[in-house]
Amino acid sequence: MPGWSRDSLVVTPSAPPEPAIVVDGVPLKTKLARALMVRRIRALGLTMPLLAFLLAAFIIPVLVFLWQGVHDDTYARYMLHSTPALEAWDGVSEPTEAMYAVLQKDLVQARKDKTIGKVATRVNRELPGGRSLFTSTARKAARFEAPYREAMVDHKPAWGQLETWQALRVAAARYTPTYLATSVDLKYRGDGSIRRQDEKRRIHLTLFWRTIEISTLVTIFCLLLGYPVAYLLSNLPQRSTNLLLILVLLPFWTSILVRTTAWIAILQGNGVLNDLFVAFGVIGDDSRFSMVYNRTGTLVAMTHILLPFMILPLYAVMRTIPKAYVQAAHSLGANGWVAFWRVYLPQTLPGIGAGVVLVFILATGYYITPALVGGQDGQMISNLIDFHMRRSLNWPLAAAMGFVLLVLVMFLYWLYDRVSGIDRMRLG
Amino acid sequence: MSEVARTRLPKRLFALFLAAGAGFAAPGALAGDLTIVSWGGAYAKSQTEAHYKPWMARTGHRILTEDYNGGISEIKSQVLAGNVTWDVVDLDSAEGLLACDEGLLEEIDSSILPPAPDGTPAEQDFFEGGIGPCMIGSVVGAMVFAYDQSRLSPGPTTIRDFFDLEKFPGRRGLRRSPKINLEMALAADGVPLDQVYAVLATAEGVDRAFARLDGIKDQVVWWEAGAQPPQLLADGEVVMSTAYNGRVFNAYALEGRSLAIVWDAQILDFGNWAIVKGAPNLERALDFIRFASTPSNMAVQASWISYAPARRSALEMVGAYHANPELDMIPHLPTSPDNMKTGIWQDTEFWADHLDDLNERFNAWLVEG
Repeated sequence: MPGWSRDSLVVTPSAPPEPAIVVDGVPLKTKLARALMVRRIRALGLTMPLLAFLLAAFIIPVLVFLWQGVHDDTYARYMLHSTPALEAWDGVSEPTEAMYAVLQKDLVQARKDKTIGKVATRVNRELPGGRSLFTSTARKAARFEAPYREAMVDHKPAWGQLETWQALRVAAARYTPTYLATSVDLKYRGDGSIRRQDEKRRIHLTLFWRTIEISTLVTIFCLLLGYPVAYLLSNLPQRSTNLLLILVLLPFWTSILVRTTAWIAILQGNGVLNDLFVAFGVIGDDSRFSMVYNRTGTLVAMTHILLPFMILPLYAVMRTIPKAYVQAAHSLGANGWVAFWRVYLPQTLPGIGAGVVLVFILATGYYITPALVGGQDGQMISNLIDFHMRRSLNWPLAAAMGFVLLVLVMFLYWLYDRVSGIDRMRLG
Repeated sequence: MSEVARTRLPKRLFALFLAAGAGFAAPGALAGDLTIVSWGGAYAKSQTEAHYKPWMARTGHRILTEDYNGGISEIKSQVLAGNVTWDVVDLDSAEGLLACDEGLLEEIDSSILPPAPDGTPAEQDFFEGGIGPCMIGSVVGAMVFAYDQSRLSPGPTTIRDFFDLEKFPGRRGLRRSPKINLEMALAADGVPLDQVYAVLATAEGVDRAFARLDGIKDQVVWWEAGAQPPQLLADGEVVMSTAYNGRVFNAYALEGRSLAIVWDAQILDFGNWAIVKGAPNLERALDFIRFASTPSNMAVQASWISYAPARRSALEMVGAYHANPELDMIPHLPTSPDNMKTGIWQDTEFWADHLDDLNERFNAWLVEG
C-alpha cells in the first residue's frame, strides 16, 4: 500500500521536523519501517515458490543450454593426449610426427573405452566424413607402427591434409565459437579465422529474418482483426459481451494441434474453402488456390491461434475507458474519426503495446504450426532448432541458435522500450 | 483457517516437491515387465501379432508398448538423465548407428540369435548389414514411390517419370530429408544404382542430385510422418509420392484404395531392434529380441504387413496376407527376387558420415525458395 505509507510520512514544511513518538516510546518512523519490513518479507515469502520454480524450471535450464552453445568438451574429455597437442599447434604449420603419435595413442584408447563413436560424431560436425575416418582408423590404430604419420596417411590419405587437422583443432577446443558462428552463417576455421559460410549452406540469417517477418505480419494481422473485436466486446451490454467472450476464449482453450489441423482441412487444395470457391464459380476446378503448406498457411493459422493474446489485453484496457471522453470530444466538435484517432486510440495504447509484445514474442518461438502448415517457405528458425534438438542431435548448435534468438528478441524488446516505453504497457 | 492447518500447508507442499523430485529420479521402479517402443499403426500391429503376444504367452511377462515417430532425442534424454524407462526400441539403421556411436544403446552379442532351421548361423542368414554392434535387424522395408491409379492412367513406370513434370504434371510428395531424395534424383539422372553412393560422395554428384531436384522443387509437398503420403495421395494433394512400401500396401490391400507402387530405384533399409543403455529390463529385452529373431516369427510378421523378414531363411516361410488368403505376400515384399533387381540398400555408413553436411545443404536449399 504505497499510498498509505506516503501519506503517513508527510511532514508539514512549516514546523521543524520533530520525530513522532508512538505510545510505547518507539519513534513512529522505526515502527513504520518495521511494519513495512514485515510486509516485504511476507510478500517475498509468498512469491518465493514462484521464484524458486522459475529458477529451477526456467532460468537455470536456459543458462545451462546457453552454456552448451559455447562449451563442448566431447573431444577433450576422451582424447586426453592429442587435445593439448592440438591446442599447442598453430593451426597452419605442417602437423608434426609427435602429433600423429599422440593421436594414434588416443585412438587406440578410445576404441578400447568404446568412446570412439562420440569423438567421431563430434569430429564429423567439423569435417564431413570425419566419422568414418575416425572409426576406421581407430579399428586399425593398434597395429600402426612408427612413423605414425606414414602409417596413418597410408591407411587414409585424409590424414595428410591440413584441413583434417584444422577440423580436429576446432573439435578439440573446450570453449568454442564454432556453434555461434554457424548459427549466424559464419564458418570458424581451425586456423582461427572466421569466414562467411559457403553460399549453398547459408540458411540461418535467412531464417532469422523470416522469423521476424512472419512474426511482424502475424502481429499486424492480429492487431487489425483484434482491435474491432475488443472494441465491440467493451461496448456491448454485459450479456452479449459474455457470449462473445466465450467465442473468443473457446478456440483459446482448444488444443493448438486441433486448430492447426482444422486449418489444413479448410485451406488445402481439396479443402472446404477451395470447394466453396469452385462451387460459386470464383475459380475453376483446376486452378484451386494453394493456401496451405506455404507461408500463407503459416500466417493464417498463427494469426488465428494468437488472436486471443491480442484481444484480451485490448479488451481489458478498453473496458476501463469511460465513454464520457469520446462524448466530450464529439460535443467539442470532433467528428467520428478525429474523436477516435485523437481521443480514443491514445487511451488504448497501453493495451496495444501489451498485445503487440505478447503476440510478437510468442510468434517468434512458434514451431508446431509452421511445421504442420508451413511447407518450405513458411518455416521459421524455431523449426531448425527443433530439427537439431530432435533429429540431428546437434544440441550445441540448437543452443547457439536459441541464444541468438534470445538476443534478437531482447534487442527488439529494448527497441520497443526506447520507442514507446515498456512502463506504458498494460495487461488490464 | 486454524493455526495447525496454516503451518502444515508449506510442509505438505515441500513433501509434494520431494515426491515430484523422487518421481523424476526413479520412475524406473514403476516400469512394466518390458517396455517396447515402436512406430505405431499397422506396423506395431504386425509386431504385436507376430512377436509380442507369443512372447507374453511364453514367458508370462507383460509388454508395455509406446509409439514414437523416430528420432533419438528421447533416448538421449533418458540416458543423460539416468532415468531410462524404455527397454527395446525399433530404430531405423542410420539413427541406430548414431545412437550406438553416442553410447546410447547396449551392445548386443549376436551369438544369442537362433540359427536358421537348416542350421545356417544367424550371421550368414541375415541380410548384410542386418546385424550391428547395437542393433538386430527385424524387417526390411523399402522407400518406394507410389501413385493413385484412379488419377494417373497410364501410370508412371520408372524413377525418371517421377522427376518428369512434362509427362506427368502435378505435385509430388517427398520426405523432408536429403536421404532417399538425393539417391532417387541421381538414379533418375541416369546413375547406375550400384554407383549412386559413390557419385553422391563427390561434390559434383551432390550438385547433380540437387540440380535434378530443382526441376521439381516448386511442385513438391514435403511430408514428415510415414502416415502422410497415403493420405496426400488419397486427398489428391499430390499425384505421386515417395512412401514406405508397407504403408502403401496397407492402403490398397486393407483399405481398398487404388494406390500402386512403382518398384524402381527403391531404397531398402532395415527396421532394427535395439536396447536403450541402462534399460531396466535388460535380460528380458535380450530374450525378447532373440525370440523375435526366430525365422518363423519373422515370417508371421510378414503376413501382417508387407515388410520383409531380415533373414533369408524366413522369406521362404512367408505365406498369404492375414486378411486375404488369396493374396500371396512374396511379390509385395522388398526382398522378393523381382523387386531386388530394381532396389538398392541404403548405405548407412555413407549417411552417418554425410548426413550433417547434406542436411545443412538440404535445409539451405529448401529455404532459398
